[in-house]
Amino acid sequence: MGVAEEMTAKEGVDQETVEAVQSLSGKYKHGWNTDIEMEYAPKGVNPDIVRLISEKNEEPEWMTDWRLKAFARWQEMEEPTWAMVDYPQIDYQDQYYYARPKSMEEKPKSLDEVDPKLLETYQKLGIPLKEQAILAGVEGAEEAPAEGRKVAVDAVFDSVSVGTTFQAELKKAGVIFCSISEAIREHPELVRKYLGSVVPASDNFFATLNSAVFSDGSFVYVPPGVRCPMELSTYFRINAENTGQFERTLIIADKGSYVSYLEGCTAPQRDTTQLHAAVVEIVVLEDAEVKYSTVQNWYPGDENGKGGIYNFVTKRADCREARAKVMWTQVETGSAVTWKYPSCILRGDDTQGEFYSIAIANNYQQADTGTKMIHLGKRSKSRIVSKGISAGRAQNTYRGLVSMHPKAQDSRNYTQCDSLLIGDKCGAHTVPYIEVKNNSSRVEHEATTSKVDDDQMFYCRSRGMDEEEAVALVVNGFCKAVLQALPMEFAMEAQQLVAISLEGSVG
Amino acid sequence: MLEIKGLKVDLEEEEKTILKGVDLTVEAGSVHAIMGPNGSGKSTLSYVLSGREGYEVTGGSATLDGADLLEMEPEERAAAGLFLAFQYPVEIPGVGNMTFLRTAVNAQRKARGQEEMSAAEFLKVIRAKAKTLKIDADMLKRPVNVGFSGGEKKRNEILQMAMLEPKMCILDETDSGLDVDAMKLVAEGVNALRSEGRSFLVITHYQRLLDHIKPDVVHIMADGRIVKTGGPELALEVEHNGYADILTEVA
Repeated sequence: MGVAEEMTAKEGVDQETVEAVQSLSGKYKHGWNTDIEMEYAPKGVNPDIVRLISEKNEEPEWMTDWRLKAFARWQEMEEPTWAMVDYPQIDYQDQYYYARPKSMEEKPKSLDEVDPKLLETYQKLGIPLKEQAILAGVEGAEEAPAEGRKVAVDAVFDSVSVGTTFQAELKKAGVIFCSISEAIREHPELVRKYLGSVVPASDNFFATLNSAVFSDGSFVYVPPGVRCPMELSTYFRINAENTGQFERTLIIADKGSYVSYLEGCTAPQRDTTQLHAAVVEIVVLEDAEVKYSTVQNWYPGDENGKGGIYNFVTKRADCREARAKVMWTQVETGSAVTWKYPSCILRGDDTQGEFYSIAIANNYQQADTGTKMIHLGKRSKSRIVSKGISAGRAQNTYRGLVSMHPKAQDSRNYTQCDSLLIGDKCGAHTVPYIEVKNNSSRVEHEATTSKVDDDQMFYCRSRGMDEEEAVALVVNGFCKAVLQALPMEFAMEAQQLVAISLEGSVG
Repeated sequence: MLEIKGLKVDLEEEEKTILKGVDLTVEAGSVHAIMGPNGSGKSTLSYVLSGREGYEVTGGSATLDGADLLEMEPEERAAAGLFLAFQYPVEIPGVGNMTFLRTAVNAQRKARGQEEMSAAEFLKVIRAKAKTLKIDADMLKRPVNVGFSGGEKKRNEILQMAMLEPKMCILDETDSGLDVDAMKLVAEGVNALRSEGRSFLVITHYQRLLDHIKPDVVHIMADGRIVKTGGPELALEVEHNGYADILTEVA
């Protein structure tokens, strides 16, 4: 690509950012609510609810037992309190644990039978037109040459995965991409082998709850030597009120394979808080590589801190064999409370883990997020780049662990942790834990904290930008190292989100 | 064009009066220079005109083509055609120089109800203008002012000026920290922008910049006031005799 083209492309991206800021007048973009008749399980959680969920998903007995065991375990566990987040006691019996659109009661045989309101939802979510056509079952849509890169979408609408596109093409490559409930029914051998092998059912309070009550999610299996022909993408969305969303994602990259997975999240605007406790497990075998990118903009609550999503997520990748590689990239702009530490277990020799993160907290949002890099294999390498932005009265904490085990000879870690403050009522905290148990490994940690300074603001404004454009520009500059790690489509969305989520943070 | 009447300004934090009644009129198409010793209020004047925070206007007025500048936000002043070339241009890490400029150009265009400039058109225009200022493609891509030399920063300010096409340009000690060659380059850039509809207010300590940017009118500022106004010869007088003579003369 010539220099000229490259510049134009970059310019185009920034253009979109500005336009997005201008067209969206400071309110949460995805705060609408789809009016679809829902079917709920009764409020609260107990073994009967767990059985009901399992039954609704037509699960085999081993799965039901697995869930019940997790539930029993969960009842003995206590909610963790070590994170730097403060929220009212959650009444776990006052939540719905299962909700699905009524029209899904009889699963649609083809996508034509999908409720048009669901499809409307996808449209509002900005799912690309081509995928909409496919989701809507337009004939020949799948054969038509896609413009640019293809993205396969598995959309999770509350608790049920309603449609997966590009199935055929993926199937040709041998890639399995379906809802986890389907995988439990169709590919029990894979699920049984890997489910809970990265995040055990007993892992932590929220993961254990998820293990008991997860209702759906995505499943990916990439066979040996296969480079997944398209990016896989899941749009999660919490729609039903008072419904916790407990999705479960399991990705297996077999030897020498490659897959890039995109996860985008939105939720409607409501006064009451909603619980979201997801688990993502990634298994990376010899020489395989997985990229997992998240843009999370769950509803953050209003400017007074009312409502919003409580986001307690356990994400972990296991680089189980030699030279396995995983890269987490996350842009966290939403949720009232975020508790999330996508981690890498670098078990094989010469494995690599990377974590790129942008966490933005505005108004009364609280984010406690970071990563864990567990070096077990020799010459394993990890890299952490975290950019935390706080505005309003928000608190933003980076919490990270880098652990070099005795056997992880000659391993390396590099951590860069930057915080940016906007205004003087917010906070940024960095809590790095470093454990090195051998003499040949190297760990580097750099941290900075800075403010969007008045000089930068004045400089931008004196050139004609208004305050919000100026902040968006400066913050996007601050985040650049992470934005560059995102796939192109996501980078654009992320830039817009950065701008949108900071609206009203100045002045 | 620019009309300043009896402008009085205090520093907000220190309750210190900096400008004690400045009167100044810059006609369309003319180049005015303001000279004066350190602490006379030259830079404060440029900041107050462009809307920087931290100053309190206690009296007087400043208008651009009849519009009250002091009532406007900084970005509104920019859209109205005012431009300040900073004495110390600000660094913005991670933001490409070109991205910054395009955002600025389109923000102003939008504020004026004009159509935004397309990426292709912008690229064409900026390349041409950058060339005359000897700014290469690499400098256009680098983050705004980060790691720029003193000369590069000042040339970059002039590039911004050329792209934004303001009608009233204020240059705040643009010559400070420049060697002779860099100063020539900057001056050439400014001279290329001189036109009937565009005015300049050049703030400087030294005559030498005015050898390259020839002013129509020279003002001497001292202790928050314009104390003497004359032709280009006034700058030469300062060069030869310093400010002391003039200040005694007007005292």
